Amino acid sequence: MKVSYFPGCTLKNKAIDLDNYARLSAEALGITLEEIENWQCCGGVFTTSKDEVATKLSSVRALKAAQDKAQPLVTVCSACHNVIKQTNSAMQNDGEFASKVNRYMADDQYYGGTRVYHYLEMLRDLVGFENIKAKVVNPLTGKKIGAYYGCLLLRPNTVMQMDDPENPSIIEDFIRAIGAEPVVYPYRNECCGGYIAMESPEFAKKKSKAVVNSAAKAGCDCIVTACPLCKYNLVKNTSDVPVIYFTELLAQALGVKEDTNE
Amino acid sequence: MSNKNEYLRDEIIRISGVNPKKCMRCGKCSGTCPAYDEMEYHPHQFVYMVETGDIEPLLNSQSLYKCLSCFACVDRCPRGVEPAKVVEAVRLMAIRKQGANHMTANDVPEKLDDDMPQQAIVSAFRKYTK
Repeated sequence: MKVSYFPGCTLKNKAIDLDNYARLSAEALGITLEEIENWQCCGGVFTTSKDEVATKLSSVRALKAAQDKAQPLVTVCSACHNVIKQTNSAMQNDGEFASKVNRYMADDQYYGGTRVYHYLEMLRDLVGFENIKAKVVNPLTGKKIGAYYGCLLLRPNTVMQMDDPENPSIIEDFIRAIGAEPVVYPYRNECCGGYIAMESPEFAKKKSKAVVNSAAKAGCDCIVTACPLCKYNLVKNTSDVPVIYFTELLAQALGVKEDTNE
Repeated sequence: MSNKNEYLRDEIIRISGVNPKKCMRCGKCSGTCPAYDEMEYHPHQFVYMVETGDIEPLLNSQSLYKCLSCFACVDRCPRGVEPAKVVEAVRLMAIRKQGANHMTANDVPEKLDDDMPQQAIVSAFRKYTK
């Protein structure tokens, strides 16, 4: 199966691991991530105001490119996923907004026809966690892993429709599929501070410490995330628990991780 | 309410798509807000002050730049008011004035470290500049 893939700005630079392991693992699971040509940065956060149009065009163009290939659009970065899904929802449900957007699109009119998946949703809904389990060659047996959802994966729930926003299980199910033991801790869906790290590192530190302390107290050996900014904030501000991209553990479990110096 | 305040209120309602009259003042948005301690005006106050047209203090408050866009208040509001959208609309109203960007490209170099992801920079720009 082939899907359209939107990597996003950070996956080409600081989060290259998140990208590499996502591609390798998808191939191992029978899915080819076809990078959208000439994709542009999603902007990192969705602007909720109804009169912001230009800032959402990059997402619409990516959605349209996927529709032209009759493929679903897959993202790995939590932020890209959030922005593109919210933009797609606005294109489906806000006629005035869609009309303004389409005035920029010339012959490429778009009305929200593409299905957007986060990579985790792709694993759950297109591959199936049972099938992943069957393909695991290096199960992470005995490893206690805390899922860090943060804010962008789940909210706003009316649009994301990924999981129960207050009691999610998709990453825990993923952790079980790769043979490890999920650890549920209170702060798994609270914010790390996000972009406030630019303006107020101390504020981001407080938020990140609360998350990692909560995970450490619950007995996590490591934390997995899908978000480069979450990873940055947690790693920069704490040292109690290692923070790893979920795609790296997937690649390890599937036996496709190139770096074997463990 | 003065004409000016009425104009500002209607503009915020238009930009945000939020109806502040739906609020029943339970305070859950502020209770769940991760930026509560950093804010002078809290999410429930944004909603109330927009409803009553008391908007100038919000436009001039640093609280506008403390919101993390985590959508906790949006998801946890029992009345579907979506306070984050009000905060965003007021922030846009403030930074859309000429020369009122909260962050400029010149501010960026000193804020960077070697590990900071691009995502942080583009997100901050989207929130703090027009």
